[in-house]
Amino acid sequence: MDTVQYLDDQGKPLQDLPLSQEELLLGYRALRRARHFDERALVLQRQGRLGVYPPFRGQEAAQVGVALCLQADHDWLLPSYRESAAALTFGMPISRLILSWRADPAGWGAPPNVNMVQFYIPIATQIPQAAGVAHAQRLLGKDAVAAVFIGDGGTSEGDFHEGLNFASVFGAPLLVVVQNNGWAISVPTHKQMKVKRIAQRAQGYGIPGVVVDGNDLVAVWSVAREAVARARRGEGPTLIEALTYRVAPHTSSDDPSRYRTEEETARWQQRDPIMRMKNCLLHLGLWSEAQEAELTEALEGEFLAAVEEADQAQEPKPWEIVEQVYAEMQPDQKAAWNYLRGEV
Amino acid sequence: MIAERQTRVLNNVQAINEALDLALERDPRVVLFGEDVGVMGGVFRASDGLQQKYGEQRVFDTPLAESGIVGFGIGLAMAGLRPVAEIQFAGFLYPALDQILSHLGRMRHRTRGRFSIPMVIRAPYGGGVKTPEQHADSPEAILAHVPGVKVVIPSSPERAKGLLLAAIEDPDPVFFLEAIKLYRGVKAEVPEGYYTLPLGRARVVREGDAASLFCYGGMVEVCQKAAEVAAREGVELEVVDLETLVPLDTETIFASVQKTGRAVVVYEAMRTGGFGAEVAARIAEEALDYLQAPIVRVAGWDAPYPPFSAVENYYRPDARRVLEAVQKVLTH
Repeated sequence: MDTVQYLDDQGKPLQDLPLSQEELLLGYRALRRARHFDERALVLQRQGRLGVYPPFRGQEAAQVGVALCLQADHDWLLPSYRESAAALTFGMPISRLILSWRADPAGWGAPPNVNMVQFYIPIATQIPQAAGVAHAQRLLGKDAVAAVFIGDGGTSEGDFHEGLNFASVFGAPLLVVVQNNGWAISVPTHKQMKVKRIAQRAQGYGIPGVVVDGNDLVAVWSVAREAVARARRGEGPTLIEALTYRVAPHTSSDDPSRYRTEEETARWQQRDPIMRMKNCLLHLGLWSEAQEAELTEALEGEFLAAVEEADQAQEPKPWEIVEQVYAEMQPDQKAAWNYLRGEV
Repeated sequence: MIAERQTRVLNNVQAINEALDLALERDPRVVLFGEDVGVMGGVFRASDGLQQKYGEQRVFDTPLAESGIVGFGIGLAMAGLRPVAEIQFAGFLYPALDQILSHLGRMRHRTRGRFSIPMVIRAPYGGGVKTPEQHADSPEAILAHVPGVKVVIPSSPERAKGLLLAAIEDPDPVFFLEAIKLYRGVKAEVPEGYYTLPLGRARVVREGDAASLFCYGGMVEVCQKAAEVAAREGVELEVVDLETLVPLDTETIFASVQKTGRAVVVYEAMRTGGFGAEVAARIAEEALDYLQAPIVRVAGWDAPYPPFSAVENYYRPDARRVLEAVQKVLTH
């Protein structure tokens, strides 16, 4: 299968770009915002101000490119734990993301105008659910779509296959985005599957499958935009395989030196999605170092304000343990609630 | 109010069919789906005629995949519909346990109320009708152990109809287990029209003072039979149908124990870790002072439900075994 690509490894356009100048700039800013969040989140984690954090460095384009095609109050996003970049671009406030990775319940829910389901921890369980969310849009007479992300390891789960099958049978408006980032913690892709391309699996479900350079924002955005348009027209789901690489560890607790070489990581860092997009803009004369410095400053200001906001959130109370289990507290929860309140 | 209504004699499947019909008619958000529920009307005919009446958008067949069915339903529910999924047999729920444990029960909690799952999962359960392997399982204890779900097991057509309509109205996920033995095995007067019966209440189906039999679903019939036999010898047993396992109506249970001083818990799942163990533990914790004898359980043996039908009656509790247990608590 051909890989959709618009930028070469250094970011030079290989052909006419399908995005406007405004879109290219918007896309670059979104990439930088995601990278900034990721870098600063890791610092917070090292300071003990964040819990276990799964970084996404290197995968910004694969996530941002899809999220830029979606409307938070209309479409739906069902991300795995590594998709903070998609969540951020989709419209989740930074402060909520910080709280979420602090394991603070104040950050678990999305605001009412953001149709994002809290990050999924079990692997691929959200695929059948996303098929249901997508199908519901059609039953409700809406042209909204659902987008769901997993990694290459997730394609080995039964729910990946059941979800794709349901989505294809019902023609659900769904984007299944697989970030093939080379590793499922320490297990490399070639030990995960015998197929060469995950997107080939789409054929087994009678739906389109696309392979895209996941470190090329222009390519991801254009592929996702087409899949969203197809879905809105009622033409069903698309499987997108974004070829990318997890430059960072699996989580802040992982030591990737146990299972992979520094050379491999360095090779991929030379294809960094942000460097490529920046070079693209510079090549087209749309960007300057002065604008870069200005952007960095603005992003830092935004992040610090969000940290401050998150810090002001009240610590969860012990009795919140039994809240929101049922719509109405049942006798057992009520008894526990009373007990926990008495303890403090 | 319900008592004043016109009634018709229905069996359990007919009552469930009527409830589904009324729910689809009343609320356009209700959708019905599962394997064979559409054209065929369900393997037990619970959804008979409903696809013809409401169309393929509201009542539809799905691929044969239990995790897919439950996961798909969770998605439909999050997006604002009221899904009612059928799993063909409760013993086929196991492939969906990841969806059930990881999401169905805890979506409200893990999203702090942003998304809830007002979904009903109906599944036939239990033995007594000589089904093949896996078709007679009673997995209610596994389901009751999932935080955030409710578990309802009706034992009569009137109760089945009202409880199912209540389950569909409920804002949280409800497992609705239907005893296969009772589908066509019981008939009763069922009120016409739409009505709901509250979840979370046990009911005394036969009053007595000698000992309390706590049971649900297919075991209610067995316990009533045992109580009839005992009554011929002047021993009046109280039969309590738990009906909703989660949330459990302990008040009614304790009141009965207070009255009789003796408790026998009857369930057809295997004994160890079964739901009857929970009932016994609650009584021991909260109502020990009323007891005049140790609590006795009558349950399936700690083995898979026998796939060889000739001996299933030795596995599934019957009136004889219930009466042996009664003898034990009376002579302690």
